Amino acid sequence: MNIVVCIKQVPDTTEVRIDPKTNTLIREGVPSIINPDDKAGLEAALRLKDEYGAHVTVISMGIPAAEVALREALAMGADEAILITDRAFGGADTLATSTTLAAALKNLNYDLIITGRQAIDGDTAQVGPQIAEHLGLVNISYAEDIKIDGNEIIVKRQYEDRYHTLKTKLPCLITALTELNKPRYMTPGGIFDAYREKAVKIWNLKDVDVDQESIGLKGSPTKVVKSFTKGAKAAGKVFALEPQESAELIVEKMKEKFII
Amino acid sequence: MNISEYKGIFVFAEQRDRKVQKVAYELIGKAKELAKDLNTSVTAVLLGRGMKDEAEKLCYAGADKVIYADHELLDEYMTEPYTYTLHKIIAERKPEIVLYGATAIGRDLAPRVSARLKTGLTADCTGLAITEDETNEGQLNLAMTRPAFGGNLMATIIIGKHRPQMATVRPGVMQRAKYSDRNPVNVEEYKTEIPADRKNVEILDVTKIIQQRMNIEEAKVLVSGGRGMHGPENYAMLEELADLLGGTISASRAAVDAGWVPKDRQVGQTGKTVRPNLYIACGISGAIQHLAGMEESDFIIAINKDETAPIFEVADVGIVGDIFKVVPLLIEELKKEKALSKVQ
Repeated sequence: MNIVVCIKQVPDTTEVRIDPKTNTLIREGVPSIINPDDKAGLEAALRLKDEYGAHVTVISMGIPAAEVALREALAMGADEAILITDRAFGGADTLATSTTLAAALKNLNYDLIITGRQAIDGDTAQVGPQIAEHLGLVNISYAEDIKIDGNEIIVKRQYEDRYHTLKTKLPCLITALTELNKPRYMTPGGIFDAYREKAVKIWNLKDVDVDQESIGLKGSPTKVVKSFTKGAKAAGKVFALEPQESAELIVEKMKEKFII
Repeated sequence: MNISEYKGIFVFAEQRDRKVQKVAYELIGKAKELAKDLNTSVTAVLLGRGMKDEAEKLCYAGADKVIYADHELLDEYMTEPYTYTLHKIIAERKPEIVLYGATAIGRDLAPRVSARLKTGLTADCTGLAITEDETNEGQLNLAMTRPAFGGNLMATIIIGKHRPQMATVRPGVMQRAKYSDRNPVNVEEYKTEIPADRKNVEILDVTKIIQQRMNIEEAKVLVSGGRGMHGPENYAMLEELADLLGGTISASRAAVDAGWVPKDRQVGQTGKTVRPNLYIACGISGAIQHLAGMEESDFIIAINKDETAPIFEVADVGIVGDIFKVVPLLIEELKKEKALSKVQ
């Protein structure tokens, strides 16, 4: 079985802070990580490899520095890694990104494609289903449990108020949730292999068959026209009192606001 | 693409168990405001089975028209039968805007439809407005505002050269229009034939998550616990406090990830957006992702040991203290108040 996992390198948004003076994002010193949902997708692929045997390829579209994320995936146990990078791919929205990734996937053999549900920097959850649409595949979003049964896959998928257990034929695309599993750590041997034995292949524009009008900034129907930080709400008062006084104060404030 | 051919606003009216979801009514409310600026109409699109009465209710909720497709493959949500039908309706009718709820279903369906139409889609919007195109005089665009970078940044996005302009919108953010059963009923029953091969998944099982508690998006009072609760057993006191105030409990991502509280209780960027009358944050430091989900609450009380916790920056009343001391005393005080009001 051939499994391709799509991953994205993202800034760890839990570490992003706002500069209160300039009201802009402080990006310096923010670590880059494999997007958590994608990492869960990679772990799911590696578990399927452990259980059924599989060749796991990891692909990522990004800047050259995203190679680090692919090395980490190799060190976790992926067999092959491909970085899709070119200035022509830059500035892409979800539609243009999915078009590029779908074009790259056409170069590969796959029975199963796994993407994370969404990336923590954009939170759109769009690229997975859009890749599936471009490739004419079934997509099952929000997978919480995955089983393979011959040439079929059985996926438990999460909604707000229910689970669906779905069965479909391979090939298909699933999007993974962090709830799916707890990703393994890199092993020292794995890290050694990732840097000494295995290579990260680089694919540029010339390596993928795609209409240049449909990628990058030009191929993106959506445009960001403005970005801003939310003006901070005027802070209320902070009190450091004895517990009993605190409780009484809260009740008093609730009365003022007619809550009780 | 001739943009001027595209007219009207469509709202995808999500249903589950043959009941239109609340977010659809919220979208109709917002769509009516936008329609005024565009001098156009609002059409709700309902895909389901045996839901004619619900289709009529969409008119009472403010839709000028409802397109209702009734088919057995549209009863329980499946990606492809829904995509097939909705894509067909949009391709035929050419609306300029299509809005979806940013729910599990909306966020699965909308990207699939957008890729089939090769048009733009903006996820998880919290603000929508009409603006004039900067380069093309007279052209009106939908300005879609959404949080990015885990809520650290807001971005306003337009789709200038494609139609329809599509967006998923966070539940709980937009206001419903006034409901009136005197609104005219205008329901078009859309005949849909879905080719058999479009049913490309088999639903083996549907397990409902039984909600014993009030939905946090609907609660007027939320008592929310975070990492500082130290364990699931300590939520009992938050439940008691919530009960006294006629509310329910919620949690930060840390508490949900630790498995103390179910996922449907999670407030924040990857959870739900809430705006109750009262939000009490207990042992929640206030990561920006959490604040994004609750800072619109009318009145916020935060109790936290750490005086530097960011939650205090949005709290109306901040208490620097030990939740395990303050909360039990607060419960006692509220019980006293209740007893007192009974006597009066």
